[in-house]
Amino acid sequence: MARMPGKVQSIERAAAVLRLLAQGPRPLGVVEIAHALGLPKGTAHGIIRTLHAVGFVDQDARTGKYRLGSQLVRLGGAPLDDNELRARALNWSDTLASRTGETVRIGVLGSASEVGIVHHVFRPDDSVQVLQVGDTLPAHACALGKAILAFSPDATASLKQATLERFTARTITNGRVLLGQLSTVRERGWAFDVEELSLGEAGIAAPIRDHGGVVVGAVGISGSPQSVCDGGRNPRPALAARVMETARAITGELAMRRQ
Amino acid sequence: MTERYVAAIDQGTTSTRCILFDHAGRLASVAQREHKQHFPRPGWVEHDAMEIWRNVERIVPQAVAQARAQPDQIVALGIANQRETSVLWERRTGRPVGNAITWQDTRTAGLVEQMSADGGPDRFRDRCGLPLMTYFSGPRARWMLSQDAVLREQAEHGEVLFGTMESWLIWNLTGGPDGGQHITDVTNASRTMLMDIQTLQWDDELLDAFHVPRAMLPEIRPNVEVYGHATQVLPGTPIGAALGDQQAALFGQTCFSPGEAKCTYGTGAFLLLNTGARPVRSSHGLLTTVGYRIGNGDPTYALEGSIAVTGSLVQWLRDRLELIGSAPEIETLARTVDDNGGCYIVPAFSGLFAPHWRSEARGLIIGLTSYITKGHLARAILEATAWQTREVVDAMNADSGLALTGLRVDGGMTSDHLLMQTIADVLGVPVERPMVSETVSLGAAYAAGLAVGFWPELTGLRHHWHRAARWLPEMEASRREREYDNWKRAVQRTYGWLRPEDADEA
Repeated sequence: MARMPGKVQSIERAAAVLRLLAQGPRPLGVVEIAHALGLPKGTAHGIIRTLHAVGFVDQDARTGKYRLGSQLVRLGGAPLDDNELRARALNWSDTLASRTGETVRIGVLGSASEVGIVHHVFRPDDSVQVLQVGDTLPAHACALGKAILAFSPDATASLKQATLERFTARTITNGRVLLGQLSTVRERGWAFDVEELSLGEAGIAAPIRDHGGVVVGAVGISGSPQSVCDGGRNPRPALAARVMETARAITGELAMRRQ
Repeated sequence: MTERYVAAIDQGTTSTRCILFDHAGRLASVAQREHKQHFPRPGWVEHDAMEIWRNVERIVPQAVAQARAQPDQIVALGIANQRETSVLWERRTGRPVGNAITWQDTRTAGLVEQMSADGGPDRFRDRCGLPLMTYFSGPRARWMLSQDAVLREQAEHGEVLFGTMESWLIWNLTGGPDGGQHITDVTNASRTMLMDIQTLQWDDELLDAFHVPRAMLPEIRPNVEVYGHATQVLPGTPIGAALGDQQAALFGQTCFSPGEAKCTYGTGAFLLLNTGARPVRSSHGLLTTVGYRIGNGDPTYALEGSIAVTGSLVQWLRDRLELIGSAPEIETLARTVDDNGGCYIVPAFSGLFAPHWRSEARGLIIGLTSYITKGHLARAILEATAWQTREVVDAMNADSGLALTGLRVDGGMTSDHLLMQTIADVLGVPVERPMVSETVSLGAAYAAGLAVGFWPELTGLRHHWHRAARWLPEMEASRREREYDNWKRAVQRTYGWLRPEDADEA
């Protein structure tokens, strides 16, 4: 019988890093990873840089911490089906609409600059409203788009030099300014816009995460600036908390799917 | 003030759910667990009642924890259940005698055939509102007892008990062998063929006809009433309601006035129309059934169009043909093509229910050419649900003499926009979904909340209803008629597939 070749230690260690990142809900730094796996910091760093280069881990631009990469998630199976996202989100988006009294929509990133609406719950006032499922919105000018862009390394890279289309006087057209706002979105966990896409409309949105914490879409409310914002035209914190809670519930629902 | 909740258990065909609702009728948490489907022979479909009870024991605490609530914040428990599914169990040990036999099971086809030979399938219709079909519990009870002389004797002495799923759950919730209450409600009892639809009591002639001993039957109670307090799962919580799932959905959609109707899309689909205080006999293949009864008040009746196979056809595509990975993906697959390509699927897996009532029909796929792709099959599957809805709406319109001007829908399949658009197209009327799609659970919660005074009265509940989505018809009338004609021709071809000599085996 031929002798089996020995195991490759660095691949074993790389696998352990990936397992570690897949376990936790939050990104990890090099030191944390090294400690968790009992590796010298230099060794851990080398493995992580290699995994990053092949797209199996992503690095958070602000904190420098690492999480599972979108490439790896694609490798592991089909991407999340839009219709499945809607089905999984149904109960929670209904609850958000009835708790806030506002329109609820779920969007996914289409081509880099657009958000596709995959789910829409009417504002619960029984007025005549038309389903927006299938419509697209410019990502840079709405809360849904910003909530996704903030966690999309590919999209943020291309924003640096970009000049963005103007829809209202309040649309952010400077890529660098938008990048600054996206870093606040990452810190807070939610995004907003006030009359940046159309007059009389404001929105708050938060990211929905799938396997490994990868952002696959966003859920948000939209309504008049008077109802969504306080007197200073800032989004009401209580509404933002509801939106975040809903995004977490949908994220939990998606996690159950993978079990 | 601490938030208070009503807990609803929806014991469905494929899974059991526990959902907590707050005082505004908003969903606060959901826990769910699927149970195994047993298919021991073609046409036989069984569930393990013990597995279902264990699922209830797990999911109720999960739902309470998910809402970050304490058990004492649950003011009442309401139960809705898959109807007609029947189980026998031993009073002394609480052990089920064999598996529960589900509503989709057709093993009683031979028995039903034999009983229909004497007086036709409608021989009990005036008394119980139902035609003789494998769908209902009465023939099932007779079949179970006919298998074993000892079992029959035990049933006659009340040592073996009969129940539909709400009876099984309430008996276990209230202590099981240790003082468990053996009760059912008027809606579930109205699906057995054993209850007089007027008096709402077990009927001696019907019991004789089905050879069912009264000693094994549960006591029939109203839908809204505190039956007792749970000793298991949520000890001390009043059990305030039990309804068949479809009647619960009617309640959850707040269809409290005569003329109001809803259609729930789950494993099957069920269109119920509130007909008020009198049972209306259908002349177009619909069922007469109890809608609900609050305390000892007058019952409200309903006409029902039952469709056996809708969501289960999508599951068949997923689990048996393995063409999709999850049920919602059928919409993605169907949208890869623009139309059905001339292909039609009639899912007569358990024969055809309303308005045809053909036990001997079996499913078919027709119009196959080498052009047909899996996308066309997915379209044909969604269209089958839409056309079956059209058939029961036509029957409803014919019986009531009024044309439906819109359809209120609910259930899991309402997340499928292509299906909802297709239903609006083939009906030619708007279709609307309420803000809570889980209307079965909501109805059970409303009923239980009313029983304990959490909500004071029915009409206030209407204010909780809001439209969440609406689909308007877009299909040209000429195309609609052509497609409907194709569908009807496909349905005709399913008739008479099972020969009388096959009936005993399937």
